[in-house]
Amino acid sequence: MIQSKRNSLFVAAAALGVALSGTPAVAQWEPQRTVEIIVPAGTGGGADQMARAIQGIVAKHNLMKQSMIVVNKAGGAGSEGFLDVKGSAGNPHKLIITLSNLFTTPLGTNQPFNWKDLTPVAMLALDEFVLWVNAEKPYKTVKEYLEAAKKGGFKMAGTGSRQEDQIITAAIEKAAGVKFTYVPYRGGGEVAVQLVGNHADSTVNNPIEAVAHWRGGKLRPLCVFDGKPLAYNDKIAGDLAWSSIPTCKSQGLDVEYLMLRGFFMTPDATPDQVKFYVDLFQKVRATQEWKDLMNNGAFNTTFMTGKEYVEWVSREHTRHLNLMKEAGFLAAN
Amino acid sequence: MAEFANLFHGFATVLAFQDVNIFGTTMYLPFNVFIMVVGIVLGVIIGVLPGLGGANGVAILLPLTFSMQPTSAVILLSCIYWGALFGGAITSILFNIPGEPWSVATTFDGYPMAQQGKAGEALTAAFTSSFIGAFFAVIMITLLAPMVAAFALRFGAAEKFAVYFLAFASFVGLSKEPPFKTLAAMLIGFALATFGTDHMTGSLRLTFGSNLLLPGFDFLIAVIGLFGIGEILLTMEEGLKFKGKDAKINLRVVLQTWAKLPQYWWTYLRSCIIGCWMGITPAGATPASFMSYGIAKRVSKNGKNFGNGEIEGVIAPETAAHAAGKSALLPMLALGVPGSPTAAVLLGGLLIWNLQPGPMLFVENKEFVWGLIASMYLGNVVGLIIVLTCVPLLAAILRIPFGIIAPIILMFCAVGAYTVRNSFFDVIMMLAFGILGYLLKKTNYPLAPLVLAMVLGDRAEEAFRQALVGSGGNLGVFFSNALVSSIMALGFIALFWSVISAGISRVRGTNTATAG
Repeated sequence: MIQSKRNSLFVAAAALGVALSGTPAVAQWEPQRTVEIIVPAGTGGGADQMARAIQGIVAKHNLMKQSMIVVNKAGGAGSEGFLDVKGSAGNPHKLIITLSNLFTTPLGTNQPFNWKDLTPVAMLALDEFVLWVNAEKPYKTVKEYLEAAKKGGFKMAGTGSRQEDQIITAAIEKAAGVKFTYVPYRGGGEVAVQLVGNHADSTVNNPIEAVAHWRGGKLRPLCVFDGKPLAYNDKIAGDLAWSSIPTCKSQGLDVEYLMLRGFFMTPDATPDQVKFYVDLFQKVRATQEWKDLMNNGAFNTTFMTGKEYVEWVSREHTRHLNLMKEAGFLAAN
Repeated sequence: MAEFANLFHGFATVLAFQDVNIFGTTMYLPFNVFIMVVGIVLGVIIGVLPGLGGANGVAILLPLTFSMQPTSAVILLSCIYWGALFGGAITSILFNIPGEPWSVATTFDGYPMAQQGKAGEALTAAFTSSFIGAFFAVIMITLLAPMVAAFALRFGAAEKFAVYFLAFASFVGLSKEPPFKTLAAMLIGFALATFGTDHMTGSLRLTFGSNLLLPGFDFLIAVIGLFGIGEILLTMEEGLKFKGKDAKINLRVVLQTWAKLPQYWWTYLRSCIIGCWMGITPAGATPASFMSYGIAKRVSKNGKNFGNGEIEGVIAPETAAHAAGKSALLPMLALGVPGSPTAAVLLGGLLIWNLQPGPMLFVENKEFVWGLIASMYLGNVVGLIIVLTCVPLLAAILRIPFGIIAPIILMFCAVGAYTVRNSFFDVIMMLAFGILGYLLKKTNYPLAPLVLAMVLGDRAEEAFRQALVGSGGNLGVFFSNALVSSIMALGFIALFWSVISAGISRVRGTNTATAG
């Protein structure tokens, strides 16, 4: 029910939202009708929030003549959305925002799509993952935590099954020689609360999902799964800022994982069309609203397009294939 | 009492006058009250259209609030939500088509009342009950916010499953239908809930290799078909007559109904408590309405007449649904966990407005939190006034001949079903569910357990499996602490209630026999 959408009202809402404004038309190609952003996940999640924020920014700053709508197609771990885009070849008015399920869903379920079926547009940001424990627990460092975990029986709560959270969990198990019981939940907020309520021993929540409980003194971050510490220095909990969290690697846990927040177009999109959207996202990135969103979620703000982006996605696909193969998450046959 | 000082500060925020620019003219008016009215009216419209739910309405309008003050924005969106809660009852009562999942239970007695010409009474009772349930929940939020949040934290997977189990068990055990027919209907519902993605393993179930079944069966499609289309088929068979056209259409019916309501104070109180409990735990408004209806049916002295147009059968589910709907916002604000789909969308909104839901929200964003709570009080009153004045107008719809209104309803159902996912397959499924609904009604199988199982089946399954994964497969996890054990025990008592009560009366019977 959550992901259901109403087109007619969308158009009405969009028409309301897009004020009549001047037209800075420079690009050779531009959309001739309403642009649809497909979210291969439910409403309220990270990808959905980002898509709706972009929709709001585009409308507020009149970045595009046509309006933009967000449609959730979450069925089959996102394959509903990906298959829709794959099947809309040559329609330049449809984009999809990705999560890691761009890689994990076809590998884990054998659904017939692949990132190569789509036309890459741009990476807008990377979402970080942090290892969290309940603040009441005695372990203050990754080392102490792993020693406790080695005794067995630790529960790791995470979002979804055979997706990013479980892949990170499997990678930790392999790197540190521990064994977790992984318990999947539907959303990151729910996962964080399971940890606050001591129904789980640790999580790998995104910063935005757990920050409120950190500030409230209920959760403790142990390390971040990125190559370098986060770039945000604002004090969040006491004297600690996002930048105070050490990388997992520096703490002796050699696991790195970042999640793509990027856009793809339908098959057979022309370079002109891709260029229009790349320019559009550049304008979105320049707004204060976007900067606030990045700051709130402590995102890694790497931006990539073109060949660089394709290479990155290709590398990630191989990495996911290997991680999932090792963990035994690949679909049978 | 710091809460009261905060609350009055909240009222001041909501009622504050400011310069507002509307269509080029600058006016000095209480902007937040103005958007409150706009929100409620929009919400009622959204609630009336089948398939278009509060969650969708809020999601669609969310980007528009991007440039508003957070307090005004959340007032607009939450008022749409309140409006949709009110509106959902309208089509349930008039046409047997629940506009929202939680108004399914309202159809059981609301629709028969409308057919007997008592549409005005049913609508008044529904709206008033919604108001009372919501008001109770808001008072609870005002007084108990910190305690309730701490209580909600104690709910892990096992506790959640126990709450779902209680909802199912109280429906089977307390229902007056033959228990095996209830169970059979419920099992069909469970089976339908398994289609689509298995959230525990990420694999696909029962899709038969077809992409059409990837998202599973949408609950709204099933409800529109089972109730709306099924009812039209039944009416056609009975000779195209549209009953209830002698509905009273003046405002006096409101006052007359109000005079009757105070005698049901116990039903109100019980339903409020059930609703708040289900909203916080967080099972949500739909199980709350079903459970409240089931218990009212069992304990009311008019229980036998439930399903034939008993006003208590409208009061119980509506009160509980709204108490649950409002109290579901509390875990969202205090913990960041949405208690309902709409709360999930509002949660996304909070993040976009730079507000971080969680325990610190109450400390750092007092003006926002208490502004929102104050708007719940005022929005409720405004909403009640708006919908009650519409009662005669709505009741008059039933005077339109069936031959004209049926195709219009059918069209609305089809459009509603289509727009849930923009899929024509859903329209076909809606018709298939309509035939299923017709057959089940003809053979006297109850539809309610089917719907309940379909809505909660996958959630209950998930909680059950999460608990078992965590415990390493040990069923003892459902009796591992006082909280979960007592909910489970309550569930079993409810499940076997008819056996237990028969036993009690037999013991009593023997006693009187020996005494005599």
